[in-house]
Amino acid sequence: MNKEKTLRKIRTSFTHVLLAGIGLAWIYPFLWMIAASFKSQPEFFKNRLGLMPDDPTIDNFVRIWNKADFGTYFINTIVVTVFSVVIVLVMTMMAGYAMGRFKFVGRNLCMAIFLGSIAIPLVSTIIPTYEVVKSMNLVGTKLGLILSQAGGAHVIFLLLFTSFFEGVPKELEEASKIDGCNYFQTFFHVMMPLCKPVATTVVIMETIWAWNAFMLPLVLTLNNPASRTLAVGLYAFKGENTVDWTGIAAGGTIAVIPVIILFIFMQKHFVEGIAGAVKS
Amino acid sequence: MKREKRWKTQKVSKKQVIEQLKVNAWCWLFMALAVGFYILFQGYPIICSIQYSLLDWSGMTSNATFVGLANYTELLRDELFWNAFANSFKYMGMIVPLELAVSLFLAYMLNNEKLRGRSLYRTMYFIPVITTASVVGIIMVFILGVQGPVNHALVALNIIDSPVNFLGNAKYALLTLVVISLWKDCGTYMIYWLAGLQGVPKDVYEAATIDGADRRQTFFHIVLPLIAPTGGIIAILCAINSLKVFDIVKTMTEGGPYYATDVIATYVYRTAFSSEIGMPRLGYASAAALFFGGAVIVIGLGLNAIKSRLSKYV
Repeated sequence: MNKEKTLRKIRTSFTHVLLAGIGLAWIYPFLWMIAASFKSQPEFFKNRLGLMPDDPTIDNFVRIWNKADFGTYFINTIVVTVFSVVIVLVMTMMAGYAMGRFKFVGRNLCMAIFLGSIAIPLVSTIIPTYEVVKSMNLVGTKLGLILSQAGGAHVIFLLLFTSFFEGVPKELEEASKIDGCNYFQTFFHVMMPLCKPVATTVVIMETIWAWNAFMLPLVLTLNNPASRTLAVGLYAFKGENTVDWTGIAAGGTIAVIPVIILFIFMQKHFVEGIAGAVKS
Repeated sequence: MKREKRWKTQKVSKKQVIEQLKVNAWCWLFMALAVGFYILFQGYPIICSIQYSLLDWSGMTSNATFVGLANYTELLRDELFWNAFANSFKYMGMIVPLELAVSLFLAYMLNNEKLRGRSLYRTMYFIPVITTASVVGIIMVFILGVQGPVNHALVALNIIDSPVNFLGNAKYALLTLVVISLWKDCGTYMIYWLAGLQGVPKDVYEAATIDGADRRQTFFHIVLPLIAPTGGIIAILCAINSLKVFDIVKTMTEGGPYYATDVIATYVYRTAFSSEIGMPRLGYASAAALFFGGAVIVIGLGLNAIKSRLSKYV
Protein backbone atom coordinates (compact mmCIF):
# COMPACT_ATOMS: atom_id res chain seq x y z
CA MET A 1 0.00 0.00 0.00
CA ASN A 2 2.73 2.41 1.01
CA LYS A 3 4.73 1.54 -2.04
CA GLU A 4 1.77 2.30 -4.23
CA LYS A 5 1.40 5.69 -2.59
CA THR A 6 5.02 6.68 -3.27
CA LEU A 7 4.65 5.44 -6.81
CA ARG A 8 1.63 7.63 -7.30
CA LYS A 9 3.46 10.59 -5.79
CA ILE A 10 6.37 10.09 -8.18
CA ARG A 11 3.99 9.88 -11.08
CA THR A 12 2.17 13.07 -10.04
CA SER A 13 5.39 15.04 -9.69
CA PHE A 14 6.56 13.71 -13.05
CA THR A 15 3.30 14.96 -14.57
CA HIS A 16 3.82 18.38 -13.03
CA VAL A 17 7.41 18.63 -14.25
CA LEU A 18 6.27 17.69 -17.73
CA LEU A 19 3.30 20.05 -17.84
CA ALA A 20 5.21 22.96 -16.33
CA GLY A 21 8.09 22.38 -18.73
CA ILE A 22 5.77 22.47 -21.71
CA GLY A 23 4.04 25.53 -20.25
CA LEU A 24 7.30 27.43 -19.89
CA ALA A 25 8.35 26.52 -23.43
CA TRP A 26 4.90 27.67 -24.54
CA ILE A 27 5.18 31.16 -23.09
CA TYR A 28 8.94 31.60 -23.45
CA PRO A 29 8.63 33.57 -26.72
CA PHE A 30 6.44 36.15 -25.00
CA LEU A 31 8.71 36.41 -21.97
CA TRP A 32 11.68 36.76 -24.33
CA MET A 33 9.92 39.48 -26.31
CA ILE A 34 8.93 41.44 -23.22
CA ALA A 35 12.46 41.13 -21.82
CA ALA A 36 13.96 42.23 -25.14
CA SER A 37 11.71 45.27 -25.25
CA PHE A 38 13.31 46.53 -22.05
CA LYS A 39 16.89 45.85 -23.16
CA SER A 40 19.22 48.34 -24.77
CA GLN A 41 20.54 47.44 -28.21
CA PRO A 42 24.04 46.42 -27.03
CA GLU A 43 22.65 44.36 -24.19
CA PHE A 44 20.22 42.65 -26.53
CA PHE A 45 23.07 41.23 -28.59
CA LYS A 46 25.17 40.34 -25.55
CA ASN A 47 22.43 38.60 -23.63
CA ARG A 48 20.34 36.66 -26.15
CA LEU A 49 18.72 34.03 -24.00
CA GLY A 50 18.22 35.89 -20.75
CA LEU A 51 14.84 36.99 -19.54
CA MET A 52 16.01 39.61 -17.04
CA PRO A 53 17.46 42.82 -18.49
CA ASP A 54 20.45 44.02 -16.42
CA ASP A 55 19.64 47.62 -17.01
CA PRO A 56 15.95 47.97 -17.94
CA THR A 57 15.12 50.90 -20.17
CA ILE A 58 11.91 52.20 -21.68
CA ASP A 59 13.72 53.92 -24.55
CA ASN A 60 12.40 51.37 -27.03
CA PHE A 61 8.81 52.13 -26.17
CA VAL A 62 9.31 55.88 -26.27
CA ARG A 63 11.10 55.61 -29.61
CA ILE A 64 8.48 53.54 -31.43
CA TRP A 65 5.52 55.26 -29.78
CA ASN A 66 6.61 58.69 -30.96
CA LYS A 67 8.79 58.14 -34.00
CA ALA A 68 7.21 55.06 -35.54
CA ASP A 69 3.58 56.06 -34.97
CA PHE A 70 2.73 53.20 -32.66
CA GLY A 71 0.62 55.65 -30.68
CA THR A 72 -1.57 56.12 -33.75
CA TYR A 73 -1.64 52.39 -34.47
CA PHE A 74 -2.67 51.70 -30.90
CA ILE A 75 -5.58 54.13 -31.07
CA ASN A 76 -6.59 52.83 -34.51
CA THR A 77 -6.64 49.28 -33.20
CA ILE A 78 -8.81 50.25 -30.25
CA VAL A 79 -11.26 52.22 -32.41
CA VAL A 80 -11.59 49.48 -35.03
CA THR A 81 -11.93 46.77 -32.40
CA VAL A 82 -14.53 48.56 -30.28
CA PHE A 83 -16.83 49.56 -33.13
CA SER A 84 -16.66 46.28 -35.00
CA VAL A 85 -17.38 44.42 -31.75
CA VAL A 86 -20.47 46.56 -31.15
CA ILE A 87 -21.79 45.91 -34.66
CA VAL A 88 -21.09 42.18 -34.48
CA LEU A 89 -22.70 41.89 -31.06
CA VAL A 90 -25.89 43.68 -32.07
CA MET A 91 -26.31 41.84 -35.35
CA THR A 92 -25.57 38.33 -34.08
CA MET A 93 -27.75 38.87 -31.01
CA MET A 94 -30.73 40.00 -33.07
CA ALA A 95 -30.29 37.32 -35.70
CA GLY A 96 -29.74 34.66 -33.03
CA TYR A 97 -32.98 35.76 -31.33
CA ALA A 98 -34.98 35.42 -34.53
CA MET A 99 -33.42 32.06 -35.42
CA GLY A 100 -33.61 30.65 -31.92
CA ARG A 101 -37.22 31.63 -31.12
CA PHE A 102 -39.17 31.59 -34.36
CA LYS A 103 -39.77 29.52 -37.41
CA PHE A 104 -39.90 31.86 -40.35
CA VAL A 105 -39.67 31.51 -44.09
CA GLY A 106 -36.02 31.25 -45.09
CA ARG A 107 -34.70 30.48 -41.60
CA ASN A 108 -33.16 27.14 -42.53
CA LEU A 109 -31.76 28.51 -45.76
CA CYS A 110 -30.05 31.35 -43.86
CA MET A 111 -28.64 28.90 -41.35
CA ALA A 112 -27.31 26.63 -44.09
CA ILE A 113 -25.67 29.52 -45.94
CA PHE A 114 -24.08 30.85 -42.76
CA LEU A 115 -22.81 27.39 -41.79
CA GLY A 116 -21.45 26.78 -45.27
CA SER A 117 -19.41 29.97 -45.00
CA ILE A 118 -17.07 28.36 -42.47
CA ALA A 119 -15.28 26.69 -45.35
CA ILE A 120 -14.81 29.82 -47.46
CA PRO A 121 -11.32 31.22 -46.95
CA LEU A 122 -11.01 35.00 -46.55
CA VAL A 123 -8.53 34.99 -49.40
CA SER A 124 -11.34 34.01 -51.78
CA THR A 125 -13.36 37.11 -50.96
CA ILE A 126 -10.66 39.63 -50.13
CA ILE A 127 -10.31 41.07 -53.63
CA PRO A 128 -14.00 41.96 -54.10
CA THR A 129 -14.23 43.04 -50.46
CA TYR A 130 -11.50 45.53 -51.25
CA GLU A 131 -13.51 46.68 -54.27
CA VAL A 132 -16.69 46.99 -52.17
CA VAL A 133 -14.89 49.19 -49.66
CA LYS A 134 -13.35 51.14 -52.53
CA SER A 135 -16.75 51.78 -54.10
CA MET A 136 -17.87 53.23 -50.76
CA ASN A 137 -14.81 55.49 -50.88
CA LEU A 138 -13.62 54.03 -47.60
CA VAL A 139 -10.30 52.43 -48.53
CA GLY A 140 -7.67 53.42 -46.00
CA THR A 141 -10.22 54.74 -43.50
CA LYS A 142 -11.06 53.35 -40.11
CA LEU A 143 -14.74 53.17 -41.04
CA GLY A 144 -13.90 50.91 -43.97
CA LEU A 145 -11.90 48.69 -41.65
CA ILE A 146 -14.68 48.58 -39.07
CA LEU A 147 -17.38 47.68 -41.58
CA SER A 148 -15.40 45.00 -43.38
CA GLN A 149 -14.20 43.56 -40.09
CA ALA A 150 -17.83 43.32 -38.95
CA GLY A 151 -18.82 41.69 -42.25
CA GLY A 152 -18.93 37.96 -42.80
CA ALA A 153 -20.98 35.28 -41.16
CA HIS A 154 -19.74 35.05 -37.53
CA VAL A 155 -21.13 31.53 -37.43
CA ILE A 156 -19.90 30.71 -33.93
CA PHE A 157 -21.61 33.74 -32.40
CA LEU A 158 -24.83 33.07 -34.29
CA LEU A 159 -24.85 29.49 -33.05
CA LEU A 160 -24.15 30.58 -29.48
CA PHE A 161 -27.02 33.07 -29.48
CA THR A 162 -29.39 30.78 -31.37
CA SER A 163 -28.93 27.89 -28.98
CA PHE A 164 -29.19 30.23 -26.00
CA PHE A 165 -32.48 31.75 -27.13
CA GLU A 166 -33.86 28.32 -28.00
CA GLY A 167 -33.55 27.42 -24.32
CA VAL A 168 -35.43 30.42 -22.91
CA PRO A 169 -38.89 29.37 -21.65
CA LYS A 170 -41.88 30.46 -23.74
CA GLU A 171 -43.76 31.86 -20.75
CA LEU A 172 -41.48 34.89 -20.52
CA GLU A 173 -42.38 35.98 -23.98
CA GLU A 174 -46.08 35.41 -23.51
CA ALA A 175 -46.07 37.40 -20.30
CA SER A 176 -44.47 40.37 -21.97
CA LYS A 177 -46.90 40.06 -24.87
CA ILE A 178 -49.80 40.29 -22.43
CA ASP A 179 -48.15 43.35 -20.96
CA GLY A 180 -48.48 44.87 -24.42
CA CYS A 181 -44.89 44.64 -25.64
CA ASN A 182 -44.25 44.26 -29.35
CA TYR A 183 -41.47 42.01 -30.64
CA PHE A 184 -38.83 44.65 -30.38
CA GLN A 185 -39.80 45.67 -26.87
CA THR A 186 -39.83 42.03 -25.78
CA PHE A 187 -36.38 41.61 -27.24
CA PHE A 188 -35.07 44.78 -25.68
CA HIS A 189 -36.55 44.50 -22.20
CA VAL A 190 -36.83 40.75 -21.65
CA MET A 191 -34.37 38.91 -23.84
CA MET A 192 -31.37 41.21 -23.90
CA PRO A 193 -30.83 41.25 -20.14
CA LEU A 194 -31.10 37.45 -20.11
CA CYS A 195 -28.37 36.78 -22.63
CA LYS A 196 -25.62 38.69 -20.82
CA PRO A 197 -23.39 35.61 -20.32
CA VAL A 198 -23.46 34.75 -24.03
CA ALA A 199 -23.01 38.40 -24.95
CA THR A 200 -19.92 38.61 -22.74
CA THR A 201 -18.43 35.58 -24.46
CA VAL A 202 -19.11 37.07 -27.88
CA VAL A 203 -17.62 40.42 -26.89
CA ILE A 204 -14.42 38.84 -25.56
CA MET A 205 -13.94 36.54 -28.54
CA GLU A 206 -14.65 39.18 -31.16
CA THR A 207 -12.45 41.70 -29.34
CA ILE A 208 -9.54 39.31 -29.52
CA TRP A 209 -10.21 38.39 -33.15
CA ALA A 210 -10.68 41.96 -34.31
CA TRP A 211 -7.56 43.05 -32.42
CA ASN A 212 -5.53 40.31 -34.09
CA ALA A 213 -6.91 40.68 -37.62
CA PHE A 214 -4.17 40.97 -40.19
CA MET A 215 -5.17 40.27 -43.79
CA LEU A 216 -8.07 42.74 -43.99
CA PRO A 217 -6.29 45.70 -42.39
CA LEU A 218 -3.17 44.89 -44.40
CA VAL A 219 -5.00 45.03 -47.70
CA LEU A 220 -7.19 48.00 -46.78
CA THR A 221 -4.36 50.21 -45.50
CA LEU A 222 -1.76 49.41 -48.16
CA ASN A 223 -1.58 53.01 -49.33
CA ASN A 224 -2.59 54.68 -46.11
CA PRO A 225 -0.17 54.11 -43.22
CA ALA A 226 -2.13 56.48 -40.97
CA SER A 227 -4.96 53.94 -40.55
CA ARG A 228 -2.78 50.92 -39.81
CA THR A 229 -3.58 48.73 -36.86
CA LEU A 230 -0.86 47.36 -34.57
CA ALA A 231 -0.76 43.99 -36.35
CA VAL A 232 -0.07 45.68 -39.69
CA GLY A 233 2.00 48.49 -38.20
CA LEU A 234 4.53 46.12 -36.70
CA TYR A 235 4.83 44.25 -39.99
CA ALA A 236 5.49 47.50 -41.85
CA PHE A 237 7.92 48.61 -39.15
CA LYS A 238 9.86 45.38 -39.51
CA GLY A 239 10.04 45.90 -43.27
CA GLU A 240 11.56 49.35 -42.79
CA ASN A 241 13.76 48.76 -39.74
CA THR A 242 15.13 45.23 -39.94
CA VAL A 243 17.93 45.95 -37.49
CA ASP A 244 15.90 47.56 -34.73
CA TRP A 245 15.17 44.33 -32.87
CA THR A 246 14.48 45.90 -29.52
CA GLY A 247 12.09 48.36 -31.17
CA ILE A 248 10.25 45.50 -32.84
CA ALA A 249 10.08 43.66 -29.52
CA ALA A 250 8.61 46.76 -27.90
CA GLY A 251 6.02 47.05 -30.69
CA GLY A 252 5.14 43.40 -30.27
CA THR A 253 4.76 43.88 -26.54
CA ILE A 254 2.39 46.80 -27.07
CA ALA A 255 0.38 44.70 -29.51
CA VAL A 256 -0.05 41.55 -27.42
CA ILE A 257 -0.09 42.71 -23.78
CA PRO A 258 -3.63 44.17 -23.90
CA VAL A 259 -5.15 40.94 -25.22
CA ILE A 260 -3.16 38.78 -22.83
CA ILE A 261 -4.42 40.86 -19.88
CA LEU A 262 -7.99 40.76 -21.19
CA PHE A 263 -7.73 37.02 -21.65
CA ILE A 264 -6.29 36.29 -18.22
CA PHE A 265 -9.17 38.11 -16.54
CA MET A 266 -11.92 36.89 -18.85
CA GLN A 267 -10.62 33.48 -19.91
CA LYS A 268 -13.61 31.60 -18.56
CA HIS A 269 -15.87 33.26 -21.13
CA PHE A 270 -13.47 32.70 -23.97
CA VAL A 271 -12.89 29.05 -23.20
CA GLU A 272 -16.61 28.43 -22.76
CA GLY A 273 -17.33 30.08 -26.08
CA ILE A 274 -14.85 27.89 -27.90
CA ALA A 275 -16.08 24.74 -26.18
CA GLY A 276 -19.70 25.72 -26.89
CA ALA A 277 -18.86 26.18 -30.56
CA VAL A 278 -17.64 22.62 -31.02
CA LYS A 279 -20.52 21.21 -29.00
CA SER A 280 -23.13 22.82 -31.22
CA MET B 1 -75.09 25.77 -38.04
CA LYS B 2 -72.56 23.74 -39.93
CA ARG B 3 -71.97 26.61 -42.21
CA GLU B 4 -71.38 28.98 -39.37
CA LYS B 5 -68.72 26.71 -37.92
CA ARG B 6 -66.86 26.53 -41.16
CA TRP B 7 -66.97 30.29 -41.43
CA LYS B 8 -65.50 30.55 -37.98
CA THR B 9 -62.54 28.28 -38.69
CA GLN B 10 -61.83 30.17 -41.85
CA LYS B 11 -61.74 33.38 -39.91
CA VAL B 12 -59.35 31.87 -37.43
CA SER B 13 -57.03 30.69 -40.15
CA LYS B 14 -57.10 34.13 -41.72
CA LYS B 15 -56.05 35.57 -38.41
CA GLN B 16 -53.34 32.96 -38.22
CA VAL B 17 -52.08 33.92 -41.62
CA ILE B 18 -51.83 37.54 -40.60
CA GLU B 19 -50.08 36.53 -37.40
CA GLN B 20 -47.71 34.36 -39.41
CA LEU B 21 -46.92 37.22 -41.76
CA LYS B 22 -46.27 39.46 -38.81
CA VAL B 23 -43.85 36.96 -37.27
CA ASN B 24 -42.03 36.66 -40.58
CA ALA B 25 -41.77 40.39 -40.98
CA TRP B 26 -40.40 40.84 -37.47
CA CYS B 27 -37.94 38.00 -37.89
CA TRP B 28 -36.56 39.44 -41.10
CA LEU B 29 -36.28 42.81 -39.43
CA PHE B 30 -34.15 41.15 -36.74
CA MET B 31 -32.12 39.35 -39.38
CA ALA B 32 -31.65 42.45 -41.53
CA LEU B 33 -28.37 43.63 -40.06
CA ALA B 34 -26.70 40.21 -40.13
CA VAL B 35 -27.99 39.41 -43.60
CA GLY B 36 -27.02 42.85 -44.87
CA PHE B 37 -23.46 42.58 -43.65
CA TYR B 38 -23.27 39.04 -44.93
CA ILE B 39 -24.40 40.01 -48.41
CA LEU B 40 -22.16 43.06 -48.56
CA PHE B 41 -18.96 41.40 -47.37
CA GLN B 42 -19.37 37.73 -48.20
CA GLY B 43 -22.23 36.91 -50.56
CA TYR B 44 -21.71 39.72 -53.06
CA PRO B 45 -17.90 39.35 -53.02
CA ILE B 46 -18.21 35.68 -53.94
CA ILE B 47 -20.36 36.51 -56.95
CA CYS B 48 -17.97 39.33 -57.84
CA SER B 49 -15.05 36.91 -57.65
CA ILE B 50 -16.67 34.81 -60.31
CA GLN B 51 -17.09 37.86 -62.51
CA TYR B 52 -13.53 39.12 -61.87
CA SER B 53 -12.08 35.72 -62.63
CA LEU B 54 -13.25 36.10 -66.22
CA LEU B 55 -11.51 39.44 -66.67
CA ASP B 56 -8.06 40.63 -67.53
CA TRP B 57 -7.90 43.49 -65.06
CA SER B 58 -5.17 45.20 -63.07
CA GLY B 59 -7.58 46.83 -60.63
CA MET B 60 -5.72 50.13 -61.05
CA THR B 61 -7.72 51.26 -64.05
CA SER B 62 -11.32 50.73 -65.02
CA ASN B 63 -10.55 49.11 -68.38
CA ALA B 64 -11.01 45.41 -67.92
CA THR B 65 -11.23 43.02 -70.83
CA PHE B 66 -13.44 40.00 -70.77
CA VAL B 67 -11.25 36.99 -71.42
CA GLY B 68 -13.61 34.12 -70.67
CA LEU B 69 -11.89 31.14 -69.12
CA ALA B 70 -8.41 32.23 -70.18
CA ASN B 71 -7.40 32.91 -66.56
CA TYR B 72 -8.32 29.37 -65.61
CA THR B 73 -6.49 27.75 -68.48
CA GLU B 74 -3.46 29.86 -67.62
CA LEU B 75 -3.74 28.72 -63.99
CA LEU B 76 -3.57 25.10 -65.04
CA ARG B 77 -0.19 25.78 -66.62
CA ASP B 78 1.10 28.09 -63.89
CA GLU B 79 3.85 26.27 -62.01
CA LEU B 80 3.92 28.81 -59.20
CA PHE B 81 0.20 28.33 -58.64
CA TRP B 82 0.53 24.57 -58.42
CA ASN B 83 3.54 24.98 -56.18
CA ALA B 84 1.44 27.10 -53.79
CA PHE B 85 -1.48 24.68 -54.13
CA ALA B 86 0.75 21.72 -53.25
CA ASN B 87 2.35 23.62 -50.36
CA SER B 88 -1.07 24.41 -48.89
CA PHE B 89 -1.96 20.73 -48.87
CA LYS B 90 1.49 19.64 -47.68
CA TYR B 91 1.08 22.06 -44.83
CA MET B 92 -2.36 20.64 -44.07
CA GLY B 93 -1.10 17.07 -44.24
CA MET B 94 1.64 17.81 -41.73
CA ILE B 95 -0.23 19.99 -39.30
CA VAL B 96 -3.54 18.12 -38.91
CA PRO B 97 -2.16 14.87 -37.40
CA LEU B 98 0.45 16.71 -35.32
CA GLU B 99 -2.02 19.27 -34.03
CA LEU B 100 -4.62 16.66 -33.14
CA ALA B 101 -2.11 14.45 -31.35
CA VAL B 102 -0.38 17.19 -29.34
CA SER B 103 -3.60 18.93 -28.34
CA LEU B 104 -5.24 15.63 -27.38
CA PHE B 105 -2.21 14.76 -25.25
CA LEU B 106 -2.41 18.08 -23.40
CA ALA B 107 -6.18 17.81 -23.01
CA TYR B 108 -5.93 14.28 -21.63
CA MET B 109 -3.31 15.37 -19.12
CA LEU B 110 -5.43 18.30 -18.00
CA ASN B 111 -8.68 16.34 -17.86
CA ASN B 112 -7.97 15.27 -14.31
CA GLU B 113 -9.86 17.09 -11.62
CA LYS B 114 -7.35 16.09 -8.96
CA LEU B 115 -4.48 17.70 -10.83
CA ARG B 116 -3.41 20.83 -8.99
CA GLY B 117 -2.85 23.98 -11.02
CA ARG B 118 -4.63 22.70 -14.07
CA SER B 119 -6.21 26.06 -14.80
CA LEU B 120 -2.77 27.67 -14.68
CA TYR B 121 -1.46 25.12 -17.18
CA ARG B 122 -4.48 25.65 -19.38
CA THR B 123 -3.90 29.41 -19.37
CA MET B 124 -0.25 28.92 -20.34
CA TYR B 125 -1.10 26.63 -23.24
CA PHE B 126 -3.81 28.94 -24.39
CA ILE B 127 -1.88 32.22 -24.45
CA PRO B 128 -0.41 31.78 -27.96
CA VAL B 129 -3.96 31.36 -29.32
CA ILE B 130 -5.12 34.81 -28.29
CA THR B 131 -2.04 36.72 -29.40
CA THR B 132 -1.74 38.38 -32.78
CA ALA B 133 -0.50 35.87 -35.36
CA SER B 134 1.36 38.45 -37.40
CA VAL B 135 3.16 39.78 -34.32
CA VAL B 136 4.04 36.27 -33.21
CA GLY B 137 5.37 35.56 -36.69
CA ILE B 138 7.65 38.59 -36.62
CA ILE B 139 8.97 37.78 -33.15
CA MET B 140 9.52 34.17 -34.18
CA VAL B 141 11.72 35.30 -37.05
CA PHE B 142 14.09 36.58 -34.37
CA ILE B 143 13.68 33.71 -31.97
CA LEU B 144 14.46 31.17 -34.69
CA GLY B 145 16.98 33.34 -36.50
CA VAL B 146 20.65 32.43 -36.88
CA GLN B 147 21.46 34.84 -34.04
CA GLY B 148 18.34 34.09 -32.04
CA PRO B 149 17.95 32.35 -28.70
CA VAL B 150 16.95 28.94 -30.09
CA ASN B 151 20.10 28.52 -32.17
CA HIS B 152 22.12 30.03 -29.33
CA ALA B 153 20.77 27.41 -26.94
CA LEU B 154 21.14 24.50 -29.37
CA VAL B 155 24.77 25.40 -30.08
CA ALA B 156 25.53 25.94 -26.40
CA LEU B 157 24.09 22.53 -25.59
CA ASN B 158 26.18 20.96 -28.39
CA ILE B 159 23.08 19.62 -30.12
CA ILE B 160 24.16 21.29 -33.35
CA ASP B 161 27.59 22.52 -34.43
CA SER B 162 26.60 25.69 -36.19
CA PRO B 163 23.37 27.71 -36.20
CA VAL B 164 20.62 26.44 -38.50
CA ASN B 165 18.78 28.92 -40.67
CA PHE B 166 15.34 27.45 -40.01
CA LEU B 167 13.41 29.88 -42.16
CA GLY B 168 16.00 30.64 -44.80
CA ASN B 169 16.59 27.04 -45.80
CA ALA B 170 14.04 25.63 -48.23
CA LYS B 171 14.40 22.20 -46.63
CA TYR B 172 13.26 23.26 -43.16
CA ALA B 173 11.15 26.35 -43.82
CA LEU B 174 7.74 24.73 -44.28
CA LEU B 175 8.28 22.35 -41.39
CA THR B 176 9.29 25.28 -39.19
CA LEU B 177 6.06 27.07 -40.10
CA VAL B 178 4.13 23.93 -39.21
CA VAL B 179 5.79 23.78 -35.79
CA ILE B 180 5.07 27.44 -35.09
CA SER B 181 1.42 27.12 -36.16
CA LEU B 182 1.14 23.98 -34.07
CA TRP B 183 2.33 25.90 -31.05
CA LYS B 184 0.14 28.90 -31.87
CA ASP B 185 -3.19 27.08 -32.34
CA CYS B 186 -2.77 24.05 -30.09
CA GLY B 187 -4.74 25.64 -27.24
CA THR B 188 -7.91 25.91 -29.34
CA TYR B 189 -7.89 22.24 -30.24
CA MET B 190 -7.03 21.35 -26.66
CA ILE B 191 -10.24 23.09 -25.55
CA TYR B 192 -12.21 21.21 -28.23
CA TRP B 193 -10.79 17.90 -26.98
CA LEU B 194 -11.48 18.86 -23.37
CA ALA B 195 -15.11 19.49 -24.29
CA GLY B 196 -15.19 16.00 -25.81
CA LEU B 197 -13.41 14.38 -22.88
CA GLN B 198 -15.81 15.92 -20.40
CA GLY B 199 -18.55 13.98 -22.14
CA VAL B 200 -16.93 10.69 -21.11
CA PRO B 201 -18.67 9.51 -17.91
CA LYS B 202 -16.44 9.06 -14.87
CA ASP B 203 -17.55 5.50 -14.14
CA VAL B 204 -16.02 4.44 -17.45
CA TYR B 205 -12.58 5.24 -16.02
CA GLU B 206 -13.44 3.52 -12.75
CA ALA B 207 -14.64 0.40 -14.52
CA ALA B 208 -11.43 0.32 -16.54
CA THR B 209 -9.30 0.62 -13.42
CA ILE B 210 -11.21 -2.19 -11.75
CA ASP B 211 -10.64 -4.35 -14.83
CA GLY B 212 -6.93 -3.72 -14.35
CA ALA B 213 -6.30 -1.46 -17.32
CA ASP B 214 -3.42 0.98 -16.94
CA ARG B 215 -3.64 4.58 -18.09
CA ARG B 216 -2.38 3.89 -21.58
CA GLN B 217 -4.76 0.97 -22.11
CA THR B 218 -7.67 2.97 -20.74
CA PHE B 219 -6.86 5.74 -23.14
CA PHE B 220 -6.42 3.72 -26.33
CA HIS B 221 -9.11 1.11 -25.81
CA ILE B 222 -11.81 3.00 -23.97
CA VAL B 223 -11.49 6.78 -24.10
CA LEU B 224 -10.29 7.15 -27.69
CA PRO B 225 -13.19 5.25 -29.29
CA LEU B 226 -15.62 7.28 -27.18
CA ILE B 227 -14.27 10.66 -28.26
CA ALA B 228 -13.60 9.67 -31.88
CA PRO B 229 -16.78 11.39 -33.19
CA THR B 230 -15.68 14.69 -31.61
CA GLY B 231 -12.26 14.01 -33.07
CA GLY B 232 -13.77 13.86 -36.53
CA ILE B 233 -15.24 17.34 -36.19
CA ILE B 234 -11.99 18.66 -34.76
CA ALA B 235 -10.03 17.16 -37.66
CA ILE B 236 -12.30 18.82 -40.21
CA LEU B 237 -12.06 22.20 -38.48
CA CYS B 238 -8.29 21.84 -38.26
CA ALA B 239 -7.99 20.88 -41.93
CA ILE B 240 -10.11 23.82 -43.09
CA ASN B 241 -8.27 26.29 -40.85
CA SER B 242 -4.89 25.03 -41.99
CA LEU B 243 -5.78 25.69 -45.62
CA LYS B 244 -6.61 29.30 -44.72
CA VAL B 245 -3.16 30.02 -43.27
CA PHE B 246 -1.82 33.46 -44.16
CA ASP B 247 -0.65 35.65 -41.26
CA ILE B 248 2.13 33.39 -40.02
CA VAL B 249 3.45 32.61 -43.51
CA LYS B 250 3.26 36.22 -44.66
CA THR B 251 5.15 37.55 -41.67
CA MET B 252 7.68 34.74 -41.24
CA THR B 253 8.77 33.83 -44.75
CA GLU B 254 6.69 35.86 -47.26
CA GLY B 255 6.35 32.52 -49.06
CA GLY B 256 10.10 32.10 -49.47
CA PRO B 257 12.83 31.01 -49.74
CA TYR B 258 12.27 30.57 -53.48
CA TYR B 259 8.52 29.95 -52.98
CA ALA B 260 9.24 26.93 -50.74
CA THR B 261 6.56 28.06 -48.29
CA ASP B 262 4.29 29.88 -50.72
CA VAL B 263 0.69 28.92 -49.93
CA ILE B 264 -2.43 29.94 -51.85
CA ALA B 265 -3.17 32.91 -49.62
CA THR B 266 0.28 34.41 -50.09
CA TYR B 267 0.15 33.60 -53.81
CA VAL B 268 -3.19 35.39 -54.24
CA TYR B 269 -2.06 38.33 -52.15
CA ARG B 270 1.10 38.74 -54.21
CA THR B 271 -0.75 38.47 -57.51
CA ALA B 272 -3.54 40.86 -56.52
CA PHE B 273 -2.02 43.49 -54.26
CA SER B 274 1.70 43.60 -54.62
CA SER B 275 3.68 45.28 -57.31
CA GLU B 276 6.85 43.26 -56.82
CA ILE B 277 6.08 41.14 -59.88
CA GLY B 278 4.80 43.87 -62.15
CA MET B 279 1.20 45.02 -62.52
CA PRO B 280 -1.27 43.47 -60.08
CA ARG B 281 -3.68 41.05 -61.74
CA LEU B 282 -6.98 41.07 -59.91
CA GLY B 283 -8.78 38.89 -62.43
CA TYR B 284 -6.14 36.21 -62.47
CA ALA B 285 -5.81 36.28 -58.65
CA SER B 286 -9.60 35.93 -58.35
CA ALA B 287 -9.52 32.85 -60.53
CA ALA B 288 -6.82 31.33 -58.31
CA ALA B 289 -8.71 32.23 -55.12
CA LEU B 290 -11.97 30.80 -56.46
CA PHE B 291 -10.37 27.63 -57.72
CA PHE B 292 -8.80 27.11 -54.33
CA GLY B 293 -11.98 28.07 -52.42
CA GLY B 294 -13.82 25.46 -54.47
CA ALA B 295 -11.16 22.88 -53.64
CA VAL B 296 -11.47 23.66 -49.92
CA ILE B 297 -15.26 23.28 -50.01
CA VAL B 298 -15.01 19.99 -51.91
CA ILE B 299 -12.50 18.70 -49.39
CA GLY B 300 -14.66 19.87 -46.49
CA LEU B 301 -17.67 18.06 -47.91
CA GLY B 302 -15.58 14.96 -48.66
CA LEU B 303 -14.18 14.82 -45.13
CA ASN B 304 -17.66 15.30 -43.73
CA ALA B 305 -18.95 12.39 -45.81
CA ILE B 306 -16.07 10.16 -44.68
CA LYS B 307 -16.74 11.15 -41.10
CA SER B 308 -20.44 10.31 -41.22
CA ARG B 309 -19.74 7.01 -42.97
CA LEU B 310 -17.14 6.09 -40.35
CA SER B 311 -19.38 7.01 -37.46
CA LYS B 312 -22.03 4.66 -38.87
CA TYR B 313 -19.70 1.71 -38.46
CA VAL B 314 -18.27 2.58 -35.07
